[in-house]
Amino acid sequence: MTRVGIIGLGHGVFGRRSDATVQELAFEAFRAAMEDAGIERDAVDASVIGSVPEYHKQRSLAGVVQEYLGLVPKPTWLTEVACASGSAAMRTAWMAIKAGVHDVVAVIGCQKMTELSTPEILALMGRVGEVQWESGFGTTFPGYYAMFAKRHMHEFGTTRDHLLDVAVKNHHYGAMNPLALFRKEITAEKAKASEDVATPFQVYDCCANADGAACVILASEDRAREISSKPVWLSGMGCASATMSVLRRPNLVGLPSAEHAAAQAYAMAGIGPADVKVADVHDCFTIAEIMAYEDLGFCERGEGGPFVAEKQSYIGGKVAVNVDGGLKAKGHPIGATGVSMTYEIAKQLRGEAGERQVPDADVGLTHNVGGIGQYCFVQVLTRD
Amino acid sequence: MFKWFGKVNYTPYTKVADFARHLRDGRLMGSRCKRCGATSFPPRADCDACMHGEFEFFEVSGKGTLHTFTKIVAAPTGFEDVTPYTIGVVDLDGGGKALAWFGDSIPEQDISIGMEVQVVPRIFEELEEIKVYYSLEQPGTTWSKAEQPW
Repeated sequence: MTRVGIIGLGHGVFGRRSDATVQELAFEAFRAAMEDAGIERDAVDASVIGSVPEYHKQRSLAGVVQEYLGLVPKPTWLTEVACASGSAAMRTAWMAIKAGVHDVVAVIGCQKMTELSTPEILALMGRVGEVQWESGFGTTFPGYYAMFAKRHMHEFGTTRDHLLDVAVKNHHYGAMNPLALFRKEITAEKAKASEDVATPFQVYDCCANADGAACVILASEDRAREISSKPVWLSGMGCASATMSVLRRPNLVGLPSAEHAAAQAYAMAGIGPADVKVADVHDCFTIAEIMAYEDLGFCERGEGGPFVAEKQSYIGGKVAVNVDGGLKAKGHPIGATGVSMTYEIAKQLRGEAGERQVPDADVGLTHNVGGIGQYCFVQVLTRD
Repeated sequence: MFKWFGKVNYTPYTKVADFARHLRDGRLMGSRCKRCGATSFPPRADCDACMHGEFEFFEVSGKGTLHTFTKIVAAPTGFEDVTPYTIGVVDLDGGGKALAWFGDSIPEQDISIGMEVQVVPRIFEELEEIKVYYSLEQPGTTWSKAEQPW
């Protein structure tokens, strides 16, 4: 079966985009990716749209995006697995090319989260968990991750400062990313002065809702070599699930879906965690990045707090993590996030990340989590 | 009658709906597979071990150990009037886990991971409609049927 290469990269500005509809956001990223690939629309065989439908007034989003991109009558479909919807789109496009059904596929992650009013957002917030046994007690998204944080602190001695080290790092790099929502450094003192959300989390432990889109053009190996002088390869593709209910998890100090997906991706790529130079991981809350270090094998279970405190996840450490600002500073337009991660890591492997460039970045990784770890997608990217 | 369960209920119809009737009567129930005997809390109609479709309820003590907790300050729709509130996850002694609010018998400053707690059936007594739930209490805290209006 063919390898699958990345031949085009496009990314819009993440933020409160009151200037654009979701299809207009998608177009920004798509146009940039097509210009990057140097191809016209007739070269694209199909598109896959990653997005979470309940945030948009427009139902069945793939149709309106496909029309606006000018790709009708080519095939299109939507993938949805909460905050990992973008990586699900990546995976289905990769599968279609591997299977020989399509040669060139445009993957577009797009989300307009600010279309909903605050009351509508608050109502949605109440249904992020398992609704039969958990939501009736007023669980929230930060509340679930806060319970993981409390347990991690209890078992391993992870501290409040360790959590905020993640936020400080990601805002440090976000300040250098022109596509990021927040482009300001923060301090732990400022974070500790912010409002409580769900103990131990305060505002700066949480990523922000945002609008935005990212696009990656994929091609079969033959087509990729014809079109691109610098293809980046999808060399390891892992994907796994975990129980919807946190009550049926083996523990609350990591995400079993991430461990499974990472093992698959490493095995397929023939590499191990020590080979990864740069990674984008799903830091929807500060504890999530610490658990990601451990689930991905960048450090031992329980060592994630000291790992960031010792700056091992900064550029110059063992593995540079979220040097685009992560969800934390870049913003988290949920359907776009997975594609945005692939965009960033492919840019790094092409040596085009500017002042955030990781030296000798030849192997990169993305880790995109849906919900509270119900879904996880891990990609290993390599270059020639 | 599963619509009785929870301050906000999103799933009024389920094969384990009698759970809520038992809870109203002060009993906390798990499920047991009629074929292989595998048990579950929360209850489920279809056996996770052998896929059999017949089950029976059995009463659980609700006693267990606090696994983790958080105080929620930013609350979703339907919980504005009880904010802030503290929820916890309990490892039940007989297996399974439960997620619930802390009740009045455990002051906030006394909550710590690893403490012994008991999941106790509760009714929102101030409401005319039937609304049942369970809360995390000091072990030995009892539910008294006599205090209920019916």
